[in-house]
Amino acid sequence: MSDLRNQVMWNRLISIVEEQALTLVRTAFSTSVREAGDLSAGVFDLDGHMIAQAVTGTPGHVNTMAAAVGNFIADIGRDNIFEGDAYVTNHPWKGTGHLHDFTVVTPTFRAGTPIGFFACTAHVLDVGGSGYGPDAGDIYEEGLLVPIMKFIERGEVNRDLVNIVHHNVRESNQVVGDLYSLAACNETGMRRLDTMLDEFGIDDLEAIAAFVFDRTRTATLDALHRLPTGTYTSSMQVDGYNETVTLVVTLHVSDQGVHADFTGTSPTCPFGINVPLVYAQAYLTYAMLVALAPGMPNNHASLEPFTVSAPEGCILNARHPDPVSVRHVIGHFVTDLCLGAIAEALPDIVPAEGSGALWNFHVSARASETGSSLPPVEILMFNSGGTGARPTLDGLSATAFPSGVRTMSVEATEQVGPIVIWRKELRPGSGGDGRHRGGLGQVIELGPTEGYHFDFSCMFDRVANPARGRQGGGDGAAGGVHLDDGTPFNAKGRQRVPAGRRLVLELPGGGGFGDPDERDPADVERDHDQGYLA
Amino acid sequence: MRIGADIGGTFTDIVLENSEGMFSTKVLTTHDAPERGVLDGISQVVDEAHADLAGLTSFIHGTTLATNALINRTGAHTAFVTTAGFRDVVEMRTESRFEQYDLNLVLPAPLIERRDRHVLDERIAADGTVLRSFDEAEALALARHLAEGTDEGPYEAVAVGFMHAYRNGDHERRIREVLTGHLPGASISISSEVAPQMREFERFNTVCANAYLQPLMAGYLHRLEEQLHAAGASCPVYLIHSGGGLISVESAANFPVRLVESGPAGGAIFAAHLADRHGLDNVLSYDMGGTTAKICLIEDQTPRTAKTFEVARTHRFTKGSGMPIAIPVIEMIEIGAGGGSIAGVDALGQIRVGPQSAGSEPGPAAYQLGGTDPTVSDANLALGRLSVDTFGASSIELSTEAAATALLSGVGAHLGVDATEAAIGVTEVVDENMANAARVHAVENGKDVSRFTMIAFGGGAPLHASRLCDKLDIEAILIPPGAGVGSAIGFLRAPFAYEAVRSHYAPMHGFNHDRANRLLSDLEDEAGSFVREALGERAGEPAGTELEVERWAYMRYAGQGWEIPVALDQDPFDGSGHLHLTKRFEAAYSEFFGRPIEGLDIEAVGWAVKVTTPRPVVERIGHTAARRDVAGIRSRPIHDTTTGSTVEAAVVERDVLEPGDRVIGPAVIVEPQTTTWLTTDRQAVLQADGCLRVTRLDVDP
Repeated sequence: MSDLRNQVMWNRLISIVEEQALTLVRTAFSTSVREAGDLSAGVFDLDGHMIAQAVTGTPGHVNTMAAAVGNFIADIGRDNIFEGDAYVTNHPWKGTGHLHDFTVVTPTFRAGTPIGFFACTAHVLDVGGSGYGPDAGDIYEEGLLVPIMKFIERGEVNRDLVNIVHHNVRESNQVVGDLYSLAACNETGMRRLDTMLDEFGIDDLEAIAAFVFDRTRTATLDALHRLPTGTYTSSMQVDGYNETVTLVVTLHVSDQGVHADFTGTSPTCPFGINVPLVYAQAYLTYAMLVALAPGMPNNHASLEPFTVSAPEGCILNARHPDPVSVRHVIGHFVTDLCLGAIAEALPDIVPAEGSGALWNFHVSARASETGSSLPPVEILMFNSGGTGARPTLDGLSATAFPSGVRTMSVEATEQVGPIVIWRKELRPGSGGDGRHRGGLGQVIELGPTEGYHFDFSCMFDRVANPARGRQGGGDGAAGGVHLDDGTPFNAKGRQRVPAGRRLVLELPGGGGFGDPDERDPADVERDHDQGYLA
Repeated sequence: MRIGADIGGTFTDIVLENSEGMFSTKVLTTHDAPERGVLDGISQVVDEAHADLAGLTSFIHGTTLATNALINRTGAHTAFVTTAGFRDVVEMRTESRFEQYDLNLVLPAPLIERRDRHVLDERIAADGTVLRSFDEAEALALARHLAEGTDEGPYEAVAVGFMHAYRNGDHERRIREVLTGHLPGASISISSEVAPQMREFERFNTVCANAYLQPLMAGYLHRLEEQLHAAGASCPVYLIHSGGGLISVESAANFPVRLVESGPAGGAIFAAHLADRHGLDNVLSYDMGGTTAKICLIEDQTPRTAKTFEVARTHRFTKGSGMPIAIPVIEMIEIGAGGGSIAGVDALGQIRVGPQSAGSEPGPAAYQLGGTDPTVSDANLALGRLSVDTFGASSIELSTEAAATALLSGVGAHLGVDATEAAIGVTEVVDENMANAARVHAVENGKDVSRFTMIAFGGGAPLHASRLCDKLDIEAILIPPGAGVGSAIGFLRAPFAYEAVRSHYAPMHGFNHDRANRLLSDLEDEAGSFVREALGERAGEPAGTELEVERWAYMRYAGQGWEIPVALDQDPFDGSGHLHLTKRFEAAYSEFFGRPIEGLDIEAVGWAVKVTTPRPVVERIGHTAARRDVAGIRSRPIHDTTTGSTVEAAVVERDVLEPGDRVIGPAVIVEPQTTTWLTTDRQAVLQADGCLRVTRLDVDP
């Protein structure tokens, strides 16, 4: 029955990392962590191989964090790892792709001997520099970079590091608070692991890790066999920053895995929409798992079969010191791009393209009159357009994909800052036509309250390049950004919404699937009845 | 003489308590007219007690009817009126997918369809001031339009939810006035009364649910009342609400959303009462039935409460797949782990159990009623924990062969193991699922369950409690008499109580203590009026019953998104109120997360006041030590997952045990409604009140 014992332990490890993640959600200050679930947590063996990971709001951390632990072991050095340590970084290329993500890794010990690691990642409020947005010209301008180093050594917090962070970021108490939360959530994991090892009477993770990897490897490769071996390609155009970006992928499918090569993709651009390769790999991996092996727990063996390459200097392989602050804008499209490549082989599985990247915005509300006593306020909000229609179902309206984050309550947002959201509702007619209709986008209308104006950081895509339909389905509606008097707004970068004006955001819809003439008349009638059509 | 009646999905449990003792029965729930089953059950227990319904002093009722109407969408034809620009809040939900790895995900449909959602051009700001005023003419036009109904017929109910109405409900009250004039037959619910809490999705959904349930529940409750009276009972009827207190039929008919999950709330009250009797400060209540297991934390004899929860989850009990309801509830975690939960093997070769349940139709394979899937009950039978000859008093005939066949084909064949090994796997997995849920629930509340005592009830719990406690590192378990109808017994122990909750943003920096005092006093008046109504006292008259008041603030550091409840004392705030609140918050925060954070602003976001009749003084009973050991009248082989071997276990009838009698594991203690399984390392001692106290053998009993 050792299999059963292992199985029970595996479930327990997943429950431990879920608990680790929950601790972080409950204590985090960063809106994106606590409201939207932009975080990860996992447990690793001594080699830095991930054994279990909590399911959270973002696939973007799926294998970025998994890869990060190896970097920590290499940079800290095995001889330098002590009980009571915790390590930290926000290095975009050694961590999870941009400075706003801090990763903390904590070695876990049993009777004085190291047996593995806990790691977690969270998107913090601020990292100094020019703030969250695409406008910085390089990584130095984007903010403070903390290389892999000790945050805590043998129980002693590195005061110098805390002091440097304190003096270099906005809302520094909350950012430092989040660093402590990250360390604390790893400690929760360690305590629970200890109890589990007591219960099962074992002293290391080797056997259970081997069991998890062995089971997962077999199941993942089995699932991959649904995809015939061969080469598949796909390309997609998205808006980019002032210049259209072409994304190209070639998938090489063998019986050992999928290798994605992004040759042909546009070069990096001078703004922070560039993507470190490890982040592109995360969204490739997500695409393959969601299409072929849903329900597979994430670990070293489920991620291992998925590899990537890209020419240096392409926008999906940004190099230091390229700016990468809002790498999600392009990165989120990698999933639809890779799904597009396998659509021909698996026509009954792959949905049409969706709105893809989230329509996040960052508002810096400032008093309209100089000398006013009204305080400056920063507001972050996540919003989603429509997803692509599925081969047997309509797309989901105003729902994130591939990201899994949640939006924030309008009432709660208005309590935080001088903002009125006048409208946030579905955008009729924005879903692409088809046998199955694309998900609807949404319309948001917002303005400053009296005495304020906004500096508004845009990071919106699919304004010039709508989501494409599949198998005869129509395109989703493109996005739109303008003031309520019709003044057009650039979809990317920092701009001003004057006092008394409102900004209107029209979020894109998802593409349709199949011939619109084949749509069930009952569905057409329902769309009409419910006002889902323009 | 009092009667408690709990309508569940499968069974209706009736408990009668009088000076002679307690009489109980289980009858099948009559879904077409639930009051019929209730009255049948009542006549059974009344006959058994040789009593007369005329002597009934109170009838206390809890029901899954409201929950089921939300799950099965059988409520009224309802319109929703909301602020212009926010027509789709209840459809857009949180804009996320509750299951991240499913391309074919289907989100739950909104309770009120888009065509039945209407808007009014009005707007209240976050601070309660008016941004766009209420236009009488537009309201009138809307009311006329709604009065026309739709091609599905006239609207039977209208829900109203305006932005920031928790702060200022003026516009909601005005539209209600207009609507009442034009839709005289429709019941109207407004969000500022039903659920004055911030966060539009939760509040709107709650008011929609209330309106949707109102015609159905009001009709049912009044029918039940009439039939009870016709049967000779002249006593008042009370409903147990989601928060575990009693309210009048009238209040329940106005706020039916407060009846959601009232049965499980009764179970928690049952456990709290036992905790009181045994003087236990830290209790984990564990209620396992046919379909689900419910786990609730009870500290200082008080079940933990929350101000929102999720009902009607559509997908494996996954968080986010149901609809949020913003009302005070007894907080518990419910997972798909019951006797009828179906087991299978997934693509990874892992055994999975639940959440699908075989229910009573077709039932577990062993019932031989047509079910062929292996269930948890089949596994218990195959391992010898349940037995063909001691399975309940029911007419169901169990088949060990049918259970083994199902386990082999549904699990064993996929893994290359025999039926026994498959059964071991199934019970271990379901126990592990429950243990993980309990652990996560505890951490969500900042608790470590290993210091808790478990109280186990519901038909399935006594079978699984010992192993569950191994996994949770819990030392002691209480298994009460009447475990099978625990929730209905709990109804008889519930106080008259009501909790009023309101969102109000109050930073400690610049704290306005007068406002906070006014708000708390308003909430106390509101909650008190419900309690007094149930007690039959009139507004304006001096209070006849001494009531207890609990006051809470929901607080956080500025910038956090999750508030923790902070208990307040009875004194109004003075000029240093913010210092007092800060101190209490920091202590509560430390309990949750280890330490407070320096240098950050603190704010209160929500406020709650609970008014309740005093908890009846429960006679504490001392701990009864073991006086003599009782051996089984016979024995049978049972597989013990704790030791991993099959052992010869004693079989003991529970009703032959006297206080102080000890049974040493491995053993099963059998009774009509359930079976207690003592693993090899456990012992049970019967206490003075009939509870079995189960501990590890190495602990002094």
